Amino acid sequence: MRFLALIGSPLVGLLDAIRLFLEEVGRILILLGRSLVWLLRPPFRFHEFVRQLDFVGTQSVFLIVLTGAFTGMVSALQGYNGMHRYGAEGMVGATVALALARELGPVISALMLVGRVGSAMTAELGSMRNTQQIDALSSMAVEPVQYLVAPRIFAATVSSPLLALIFSFAGMVGAYLLSTRYLGVDGGTFMSGVQYYLVTDDITEGLIKSVAFGLITSLVCCYKGFYATGGARGVGVATTTAVVVSSVLVLISDYFMTALMFRST
Amino acid sequence: MIRVENVHKWYGGQKVLDGISFDITTGSVTTIIGGSGAGKSVLIRLMIGLEQPDRGAIVIDGENIVGMRHSKLNKIRRRFGVLFQDGALFDSLSVRENVAFPLREHLRLREKEIERIVQEKLAKVGMSGHEGKFPAELSGGMRKRVGLARALALEPDIVFFDEPTTGLDPIIQGVIFRLIVSTHLDRTSTYVLVSHDIQGVLKISNEIKLLFNGKIAAEGTPQEISGSADPLIQQFITGSPTGPIVVE
Repeated sequence: MRFLALIGSPLVGLLDAIRLFLEEVGRILILLGRSLVWLLRPPFRFHEFVRQLDFVGTQSVFLIVLTGAFTGMVSALQGYNGMHRYGAEGMVGATVALALARELGPVISALMLVGRVGSAMTAELGSMRNTQQIDALSSMAVEPVQYLVAPRIFAATVSSPLLALIFSFAGMVGAYLLSTRYLGVDGGTFMSGVQYYLVTDDITEGLIKSVAFGLITSLVCCYKGFYATGGARGVGVATTTAVVVSSVLVLISDYFMTALMFRST
Repeated sequence: MIRVENVHKWYGGQKVLDGISFDITTGSVTTIIGGSGAGKSVLIRLMIGLEQPDRGAIVIDGENIVGMRHSKLNKIRRRFGVLFQDGALFDSLSVRENVAFPLREHLRLREKEIERIVQEKLAKVGMSGHEGKFPAELSGGMRKRVGLARALALEPDIVFFDEPTTGLDPIIQGVIFRLIVSTHLDRTSTYVLVSHDIQGVLKISNEIKLLFNGKIAAEGTPQEISGSADPLIQQFITGSPTGPIVVE
């Protein structure tokens, strides 16, 4: 009996944790479903969508360009450092282009957005929840999911691939300038490598990942904020959790999507 | 008319409302009083439809809103105005845009007409000249007044007030109560307040209901309530720490 009690308690705890996890996943999926339904029902919140597009997209461009440029430059440095050992410096352009298009562009831009936009979404919605602003919307017969959540998710999903493209472009510019001006790589060799090895599928697969990352991160961040409780501390906890969970999900989903895409090629 | 029928509400293991039933007459100013944690705000949330009771019915003009389809509930909610405890103004909108919000959502009006109504409502609550300010720039009393202007924007049939004077100094409390009376005199809507400010509500209410232990323990006109010999009512009116209401 003692043995059963010994293993029973942690087992019950584990099962409870799994149950709570599955419940939360269920609630997140319900929020996604409600957002999709309300996105397609009038009144269409075009003004709100444009406002969110500006916040998520336009106002993130500088950050994306900055981080993209430095990511491209460090990729070129590291790529050159490795390939120089094999006399393959000419492949720097192609290597950086593939890395940016397929991986670094979608993933790092998504992580930047989580930090800037995702945290803001969680904090704003959480604050609105705790000050009864969301209740005020409901009491005025305005659907809060339609007004607050759907435009944010839609704007993030649309903006992510565009920002990933900007990130990759900025990265390529940084890599090219560093490679040709500092590392002594021939400009023509750099660009011909890019043109030869970078194909449309590389870009497409990167964009597909970006769309998924935008959806996942905005959904998680909106969910955490929309249902935040516990006052200022609760909003803080929700924001931290949202950023951490979103970031981890970007990396986990990146692996599975990449594995799937590899298998299909 | 609003009818609350045998409403029960649990939160976790605690029963907050225990088979509560009462009517609210159309056109009246009805206040639900009770101690802190008595369930007053829960009750008003149920009446607005923000939460569902575990059992019972809430009937508004013949329609039970418990379990009602969302779209139908929203049609009924368009007849509501709600003043939340801290005003619940939208932080990202100015005073003007907060008051205009329900007008833009539910009516097809020209901008000039919206502006005219906004000015009219703000003047009514003494907030003219503050249209361009944001909620963070306003005091607590000012936020409540703007919240009241927003609640009245659509000329609602039923206005709910959740602790309208909590956290305000006595002078501003008097201002808010006076506004409640003056806006009610203009119209024939039903006002439902929850408050623990007994002295204020005795002056402005037609009907008072005392919530205690999840039930309506007493109800009547302000005169009947203030003249009652019931120790429970007397303890609440006088604010005595000793009596049927035990504070842990």
